[in-house]
This record gives sequence, structure tokens and C-alpha cells, in this order.
Amino acid sequence: MSLSPVTRLRRSKTLAFYLFISPWLIGFIALAAGPMIYSFYMSFTEWQIMGGAEWVGLENYERMFFHDPLFWTTLWNTFFYTFFGVPLGLAFGYLLAVLLNQKVKFMGVFRTIFYLPSIVPAVASSLLWLLIFQPEFGLANALLDGFGLPTSRWLLSESMVKPALIIMSLWGVGGGMIIYLAGLQGVPPSLYEAAEIDGAGKWSKFWHITIPMTSHVIFFNLIMGVIGSFQVFTQAYVMSGGGPNYASLFYVLYLYQNAFEFFNMGYASALAWILFVIILIFTLLQFKLFGKKVYYEYDD
Amino acid sequence: MEQERKANVPLEPVVPGNTAKSAVPDYGNYKRQKKMDRLIIYLLLVLLSILFILPFLWMIATSLKTESQAISYPPTLLPSPFDFVNYRDVFELVPFIQFYWNTIIVTGLTVIGTVISSALVAYAFARIKGRGRNFWFILLLCTMMLPPQVTMIPVYLIFTELGWVNTFLPLVVPAFLGNAFFIFLLRQFFRAIPKELEESAIIDGCSLFGIFWRIVVPLSKPALITVAILSFMGSWNDFLTPLIYLNDMSKYTLALGLQIFNGQQTMQWGPMMAASTMVIFPLILLFFFAQKHFIQGIALSGIKG
Repeated sequence: MSLSPVTRLRRSKTLAFYLFISPWLIGFIALAAGPMIYSFYMSFTEWQIMGGAEWVGLENYERMFFHDPLFWTTLWNTFFYTFFGVPLGLAFGYLLAVLLNQKVKFMGVFRTIFYLPSIVPAVASSLLWLLIFQPEFGLANALLDGFGLPTSRWLLSESMVKPALIIMSLWGVGGGMIIYLAGLQGVPPSLYEAAEIDGAGKWSKFWHITIPMTSHVIFFNLIMGVIGSFQVFTQAYVMSGGGPNYASLFYVLYLYQNAFEFFNMGYASALAWILFVIILIFTLLQFKLFGKKVYYEYDD
Repeated sequence: MEQERKANVPLEPVVPGNTAKSAVPDYGNYKRQKKMDRLIIYLLLVLLSILFILPFLWMIATSLKTESQAISYPPTLLPSPFDFVNYRDVFELVPFIQFYWNTIIVTGLTVIGTVISSALVAYAFARIKGRGRNFWFILLLCTMMLPPQVTMIPVYLIFTELGWVNTFLPLVVPAFLGNAFFIFLLRQFFRAIPKELEESAIIDGCSLFGIFWRIVVPLSKPALITVAILSFMGSWNDFLTPLIYLNDMSKYTLALGLQIFNGQQTMQWGPMMAASTMVIFPLILLFFFAQKHFIQGIALSGIKG
């Protein structure tokens, strides 16, 4: 029985479709789906890289929650970094974007200056800030000293290492700033004109037009900021190694150490899955809390 | 007309006792207010710019200082004398040219692989109505949300099994298998290309690949350049992947090579900053020449993505 021309066309289209997506399909199976299942299985095993895997059931998870104080330390460090760093970064990035959205001269130069730090490799900026935060001759203390303010031991101080890393992260807000800028430029000028006719002042326009009309980009940056912040790694690895006294041992740094320094692949896999669950919960929570308040221009 | 109407609206709230006067628009006050605003904006911009640029200046200054001057207190911004010895030292302390070369190979292959594979896959998701397309597309979106830490360990074990550790393959091969985020970005772009162009090409007997290559790719240059720039940055700056996979110093990329200057007993700040400057320099150059695409691309990927 010969196939109808329509069916044949459909089949050849399907074939072409799979041919075109085959690179991704191979990657998906080999580098995403397969490893995901594998890692889930590994999280229930004791797996030293040299030996084989030994099924231990929930032991890794039990150890994490009940017998590993470092797990809670890293969780606390990561939460601290996220809860202070993300809102500060959002506000600061937004402020810069609003400033850059004014019609003044040399705007290209200013935009470049604020954006540049965010394209610098994390290792390079980490080394640079390591120098700035040097207690003896660093720029940070020199500036504080110059203004007659108390200096700090920064990365060598248990209480200041996280704030120091947050300050450094503010230097790199340019990435989020560019996204705000695009959002700000999408606000129709007619809205401001209408508000001016109604006698609205600057602040009133800012609160009632600018912020609501850019809420979708603020929300986007919030979600991405939280996800990125939970995965902080390079800065702490390069600058403080997790110290002093574990004060900057962040979750992913601890995960990395377990996997590639102690070669506890099973335990590290369990850590990875809990991180996945935490990120998922926080993302869903943000959608629940703020998702409805976000204004989308194209509601389709 | 438009200008006049706007100027007539007082910016300041009208003071009650002043109603008689405010019947005549106070242009002088309005202009003064505008000037003040502008002054404050400039002041803030300049002040913040100094704060943002200071670390860069510090890096370059330190790279040109002698070791004793680099750690003197109080610090001075200007090196005296300008000393280029740190730049020479970088090449003597570590195989820096080798690092450059490694990074260029890895980044070059990554960019080529990412652009080609992501574009092919994106085209299929945008235009070829194969069976199961929606199903795979949803899976693609799901992989964007998967934290890399979850797959990192098994992928490492797979590459170990394949004997790829301490080669560039783990850094380069995944790029040829497409990147979910870029596929999504390009798909959105391809969907906006008018269908009529492709339909007429089909009537002329063009194959699907021909359409992709001769029509879609030339029309999508801005999006493809965006993907190329973003994957260039991602690869040039990547630290974790080389850290995990590369053991021999002769195989190190720049991002990983920088780390050598760290963690020794005595920090060599001068050479460290000289090396950092040399790692950042190509990125700044790229940014300078691709600025328009850069900002556009990031805005495009961030919001419409």
C-alpha cells in the first residue's frame, strides 16, 4: 500500500526535523537527561572515584541534615549573600539605569564605564578585589582611612568577608543594568506627558509610571539574581578559599570540594539535588509572591 | 505646540498665595530647575564613574609598579617610575603565550560550534513542523532551568571514562551540541522572518538546508553575532570547567592560568595585575568594536529571550 502524498510529506518533514535537532538531542541525552538520572542514583550511593558505587539509601541526605554542621554553615552563608546581595544589586543597578536613561551628553562613555566590570572574567576581578581588600596596603582601607573612617580586615575577618564579597558584586551590576535600561526605554513617553498634564511631580511619575512599567524587567533580574547568587563560587574559591573559619564557604564551593577535592561523588550529588530543590522552591515562591504584580505589555 | 504645552505645566506645586503670579508661566524657574536636575545627574554620573573605574586604574597602576611600591602604604595611584618589568615577568613565570594560544583555540572552537549547532536546532524548532516538536521544545526549556551542578559530576565521570580529562574536548565538544539558551534566542528571531521568502524558495526547488543557509542565516546576522559574542565571553571567562578538567599547566586557559599567581606564599601583586590586565584587554577590545551588538544583544537576550 503506497502512502498518500500528504503523509509522505509529513514523514519527510519529521525526518528533517530530527536531523536538524540531532546535535541538541545527542547533547540532551548525553549531557543533561542521562547525567540527571545518573546523578539522582549517585546521591543514594557512597561513591569514591577510585572504587565503585555502594548503595547506601538515604544516608547521604541523613548525613547532610543531621550530622554535617558544615552543610548548615554553607546554607547560611549562601542565604546571607543572597538576601543582602540581590536586593542591593537590584536597587543599585536600577538607580544606574535610571541615571543612564537621562538625556545628557557622553552617555555612551558612561554606559561603557558602568558595563565594563561585568564582562571581566570572575578570576581577574577576584584577584583585583583581593588586592583592593588587602588589610595592610589595600585601596579600600586607604580610602576609609582618608575619610577618617574605621578600617577593616575584610576577607580575613569572619564578620566582614561576606559583606566584602557583596560590595565586590555591586561593581558587576552592569549586566542587570543593561536589561533595566532596555526596559526603561520601552516605557512610552505619552504616559509621562499625560501624567504631567495631570500635574504629577517627578517622584509621583517615578513611582506610578516608571516602576510599574518596568516591573517585568525587575522581576526578571530578581529571578536571575537569586538563581545566580545561590550558585556563587569563583569569587570565594579565588579570594578566601571559604575562610576564615568557613565564613565564606558557600554551598557550591562546598559541593565542589566534596566532589573534586575529597572525591565524595555520592555526597556531592546529594548536595547538588538539594540545591536544585532549594532553587526551585525559591523561584516558585517569587512567582507566587510577585508574579501577579508584574505588568506585561504583551499579555499573550 | 508640543513644546509650549509642556513648558506651561508648572513642575513645582502651585503655592496658594501665588496664584495671581502663576497665571503667567514662570519660564525662568522651570529652566533653573532643569539646569539643577542636569547638574545633579552629571555629578552623580561622574562620581559613580570614578568609583567604577578606580579598580581598573588600580589594576593597571599596580601592574606598572615595582613590588615594593605596590605594597607601600599609603598607596599612590601613579607608579613612579613606570616599570614594565612585571609584564616581562609574567611571561617568565608562567607560559603565558601558551595560555593565550590555548584560550584562543578553545574559545574559537566554542564560538564556531555554538553558533552552527544552535542555529540549526533553532531553525528546526522555529520552522520545521516535525512530529513531537512541542514535546522536545518543552524539554529544551526545562534544561535551561537545570542548575549545572546537578549534571556536573556525572558529566565529569563520562568524560573521565572517555579519557578526555586533561584535553580540550570537555571544553569544546559540548558547544557543538547546542546551547539551550541560544537555541531559544535564535528560535524567537527566526520566527520573525517572513514565511513568504521560504515558500517561494521551496517552489524554486530549494532544500530545507538550502533555505536555512541561503535565506535564514544571511537575514539573521544580528542575532547570530549576538550569540557569537555571548559565547565568546562565556568561554573566555569560564573558570570552573578548565579547573575541573585541565591538569597540565601547558593546557591551561587564561582564566585558569591567572590563578597560578594566587595562593603562593608571597603574593606577586605586580605580575598578577599585569597578567589580569592582559586577560581583560581582548575583552575590552571586543567590547569596543562590538559595542552596538553587545548592548543590543544583551537586551535582546535578557528580555525577549
